[in-house]
Amino acid sequence: MTDIIEVNHLVKHYPAVKAVDDISFSVRQGECFGMLGPNGAGKTTTVEIMEGIMPADHGTVHYQGEPMGPLFRSEVGIQFQSTALQDFLTVRETLRLFRSFYPRGLPLDELASLCALADYMDRDARKLSGGQRQRLLLALALVNDPVLLFLDEPTTGLDPQARHNFWELVRNIKARGKTVILTTHYMEEAYLLCDRIIIMDHGHIIAEGRPATLMSHHFRDAVLQLPQEDFLPARDALGEDAKQVGEYVEIITADINATIAALLSHGVSLAHLQIRARTLEDLFLELTGRELRV
Amino acid sequence: MIRRFLAVLRARNLEFLRDRSALGWNIALPVFIVLGMWLLFSGGEKPLFKVAVFSAGVPLASLHDDFLETRFIQFYSVPDIQPTMRKVEHDQVDMLLDLHDPNHPRYWVNESSPKGYILQKILVGEKDAHYSRESVSGRAIRYVDWLVPGILGMNMMFSCLFGVGYVIVRYRKNGFLKRLNATPLKAFEFIAAQVTSRLMLILVITIAVYIGTDLLVGFYMSGSYLALLLVAILGATSMISLGLLIAARVSSEEFAGGLLNLFSWPMMFLSGVWFSLEGTPAWLQHAAEFLPLTQMLVGARAVMLDGAGVLQILPNLLALTGMTVLFLAVGAFGFKWKND
Repeated sequence: MTDIIEVNHLVKHYPAVKAVDDISFSVRQGECFGMLGPNGAGKTTTVEIMEGIMPADHGTVHYQGEPMGPLFRSEVGIQFQSTALQDFLTVRETLRLFRSFYPRGLPLDELASLCALADYMDRDARKLSGGQRQRLLLALALVNDPVLLFLDEPTTGLDPQARHNFWELVRNIKARGKTVILTTHYMEEAYLLCDRIIIMDHGHIIAEGRPATLMSHHFRDAVLQLPQEDFLPARDALGEDAKQVGEYVEIITADINATIAALLSHGVSLAHLQIRARTLEDLFLELTGRELRV
Repeated sequence: MIRRFLAVLRARNLEFLRDRSALGWNIALPVFIVLGMWLLFSGGEKPLFKVAVFSAGVPLASLHDDFLETRFIQFYSVPDIQPTMRKVEHDQVDMLLDLHDPNHPRYWVNESSPKGYILQKILVGEKDAHYSRESVSGRAIRYVDWLVPGILGMNMMFSCLFGVGYVIVRYRKNGFLKRLNATPLKAFEFIAAQVTSRLMLILVITIAVYIGTDLLVGFYMSGSYLALLLVAILGATSMISLGLLIAARVSSEEFAGGLLNLFSWPMMFLSGVWFSLEGTPAWLQHAAEFLPLTQMLVGARAVMLDGAGVLQILPNLLALTGMTVLFLAVGAFGFKWKND
């Protein structure tokens, strides 16, 4: 697999903070590449430098083996975190406006069906719901049939159903062979969509790899979750291994059979027991000692 | 390139035409003002009189003329008689006195001017009959004839500055410019489309208001419509360019509003929209010449009131073109797509 974009020793300072601190990575042709991290980790700064929107202080970004040339803007599609559109235009007119900026691209009808916008083409773009609006912004990013697509936190602020619908669209786009670079702070989103991820914090990359590989590399255990009341009989014996999380008690264990046997031997009811695998959220907590969603 | 320019132009025009409240406001405001001013000025009279005095360089204080002591009259020296006579015709100066020959003092007033008439009564009451009365030639111009180009120009100025300035700042603040910058669209194409869109809309609205006001109020137009259109196009382009320059880097609507007011209010008072700068200090009159609205109004009034052709207003047209080039060059050089 060839690299479509290479980032080498990227550095970006703001007056009070070093937003990106000497990071290097590459994105392969045709993959979905995730950039994760909490707000302020440096994801958006990095991605905007990769998009050619913002200059780097140091370091280089190469697109298809060369510094970004004048063709770059014609060949990539970008969905920013927040974008306003021109007022008083319908969805169709907005798409037509952006389509005219590019020498080649997708027909509007194909774009509408790809982004599930066919029913809203003649609606004023300001009157769209949050999910419809994000789909329009996605359609604008796809209007030139790009080889590389940047999605910067595309589902932030969407309700769960709209988020799942959006993921489905991204899967369809991946199936067309497009390379997708996705920033997000939803671990679930990265886990479901991304082939490889980097996790950023304070301008550094703190982990890099396939989501499943990263998880199995860091965790060989699982989490047992019990209501606090149910755990009371075993509190004295097993209290040191347990962590209180809200109304629940969580026990992290590499040997589920032994832990369950111990709980039973102390007379704990397992009626409300839940066992979950470790998540990327846990990984972030493990790596930084902090919650991801701040 | 042309395709991208036309697409932005079309989108911007649609945005403006569908924003009915803004469109209605742009048409209604100047009509209301012209009607209001016409009602005001056809009924009453102003308390202050302006009298120009030609004394061949002798200071007014050393003339020892009792009339020059009259209260509520502003006397000021002029170097020539002929240009001032023209201003008397245009009702910008209420009376012209020629005192260079003490044995043969003369005066001119506008026959249709109430202030000229009153001044004449004061003067004749003050003086013996050795003042000989002369008549100004040409058609007497009412204040409203002089005011109409000012009102049309002022409305154009506000529409140019705020229409373009606010729109660009809003686009930048909400991220639309940043999104456009991520496409192959170039700054020049975007700016050219904004200027053209605003120019087209302003010309259509101004022509509509011109016709409407002429039907309702009726005003004097002695020159060529082509010359007037040329002044309007160059004037509007220069003021749109000024709006773009002001908005080239600003991301805050409040700050942009302040800056736009900083430029528009001096123009409203110093460019001769409401009253002539006649009799004000020379440095102020010179400073006003650097304002695009001044150049446009001088040109428009020369065409409308004096029947001037393109050649006579060439200096104004060149000044407007020069300002446009300067504003656009600095504005495009400093143009920022992104919000800070």
